[in-house]
Amino acid sequence: MSQARYEAVERVFKMLIKKPADIKPSEITPKELYLNRREFIVSTAAATLSAGAAIWGLDTMRPAARAYAAEKLPNVKKTSYSTDEKQNSFKDITTYNNFYELGVDKGDPAENAKYLTTRPWTVSIEGEVKKPKTFDIDALTKLSPLEERVYRLRCVEAWSMVIPWIGFPLSALIKEAEPTGNAKFVEFVTLLDPKRMPGQKPGIFGNVLDWPYTEGLRMDEAMHPLTILSVGLYGEILPAQNGAPIRLVVPWKYGFKSIKSIVKMRFVQSQPKTAWNTMQPQEYGFYSNVNPEVDHPRWSQATERRIGEFLRRKTLMFNGYGEQVASLYKGMDLKKYY
Amino acid sequence: MISRLKPFVFLLCLMPFGQLAYNAYIGDLGVNPIDFITRFTGSWTLIFLIGTLAVTPARRLTGWNDLIKLRRMLGLFAFAYASMHFATYLVLDHFFDWQAIGKDIVKRPYVTAGFTAFVIMVPLALTSTAGMIRRLGKRWQKLHRLIYVAALAGVIHFYWLVKADIRRPAQYGFFLAVLLFYRIALSWRSSISKSTAKPVGRPTQKIVPGKSLHLFSPPRAGQDE
Repeated sequence: MSQARYEAVERVFKMLIKKPADIKPSEITPKELYLNRREFIVSTAAATLSAGAAIWGLDTMRPAARAYAAEKLPNVKKTSYSTDEKQNSFKDITTYNNFYELGVDKGDPAENAKYLTTRPWTVSIEGEVKKPKTFDIDALTKLSPLEERVYRLRCVEAWSMVIPWIGFPLSALIKEAEPTGNAKFVEFVTLLDPKRMPGQKPGIFGNVLDWPYTEGLRMDEAMHPLTILSVGLYGEILPAQNGAPIRLVVPWKYGFKSIKSIVKMRFVQSQPKTAWNTMQPQEYGFYSNVNPEVDHPRWSQATERRIGEFLRRKTLMFNGYGEQVASLYKGMDLKKYY
Repeated sequence: MISRLKPFVFLLCLMPFGQLAYNAYIGDLGVNPIDFITRFTGSWTLIFLIGTLAVTPARRLTGWNDLIKLRRMLGLFAFAYASMHFATYLVLDHFFDWQAIGKDIVKRPYVTAGFTAFVIMVPLALTSTAGMIRRLGKRWQKLHRLIYVAALAGVIHFYWLVKADIRRPAQYGFFLAVLLFYRIALSWRSSISKSTAKPVGRPTQKIVPGKSLHLFSPPRAGQDE
């Protein structure tokens, strides 16, 4: 084999097995550069070939990416809650997203991020609380010191990443709101605004999900020290495609529980309705704890592909956070309460 | 005319693969390359299956009978992309984890459907040679009607694996339904015309360009499948 051909094969192979976490964030191709390269590829490939494919609506024909300018977050403290596993690259985390409000393909949210303006933005705290309040987002961000939390994220679609979130414990906000004795659950609601969230415009088959997206946690889950409200990642403010300006992160549950772009939190007495559970109750439960022994009815949850790795790895009970959270579910049949 | 067109169509059919290879070479298969390759090859399998099935209606619509000479190539490209799709699943996705693969095929309806489609396509590809067509005679036509089953299983495979957005599988389903309906209407017409007037043999009228009525005229013996 000629040297050039050998290198080509090696390159393909490396691409397939590369671990982006080998690359330090500082060594990543400058955003403008990869953006230019992307646009070159997209335009040539799209022009030559995708004309026909476009008729079929085959957006999966090309991986998408888009960069943006971001603001640094100061004074972020490290905590012992973080994993020391290799982190996925900024590009992985910001161009491979499930955020249907900004489009259903993984690359759509990054492309449509421009529509989601996050100022002004308020988050209202309602329901069974002594101090209901509407926070301005900038005030909310200063409620509690910001911490870095490097968490595993396990998607219900059987892929995973390691993400350096920046945020603060949800419990800090809950304490501030002073829930009454009637508050047993917290309901979270995402922004409803088809102008800023084009994915909320109904398509030919109506809405993909019942907008606005809603999620919920039991009070003890919400108060758990691992549960955070995130406002940034990789030292910068949260990109729109990752759920700006503020999102939930519950690392032991499937990713869809970690609701994005929150505008409302309501403390309630009974278990709130949640978006995916409403859509497909037998496939997505209220709890949705990561559990390798309880399969999704249509696919296995026993293994996962860590983005950037070639071989699948075994999925861990509670996504590896069992030591901290298993006690919350003592005595519960997790096959029934999936 | 068509024989001069054929190499060009061949290259056209290779272009999706070319794009995939190029993207792989420059290391631009997105954040989840295995998922991307899987979706890409799967989508093109469905496109080629539907393209293959569309040849006959297209012939009748345009009266351009030579189009039939492209059908085998389109069908074999469908099989080629399906093979890449299956190989991706086998090697890149599960890396020969036979236990997991076996379980998947038995337990996961979407995998069962996809695997069925692929298995059906194997004998069709194997019997696509001129020699086999001659040897199988009438049975060849019957056997190759299985392409409808393969395409249907392929669309169901796609439909069963999507989480919420059914638009794309629905698109393929729509085109397949149109083609199936056309085929059913055609055989219905031909059985009516057989049971009424003409006592002997099938009508042997020529397909004339521009006469859209021929869209549903019965196939001529020996020409069509």
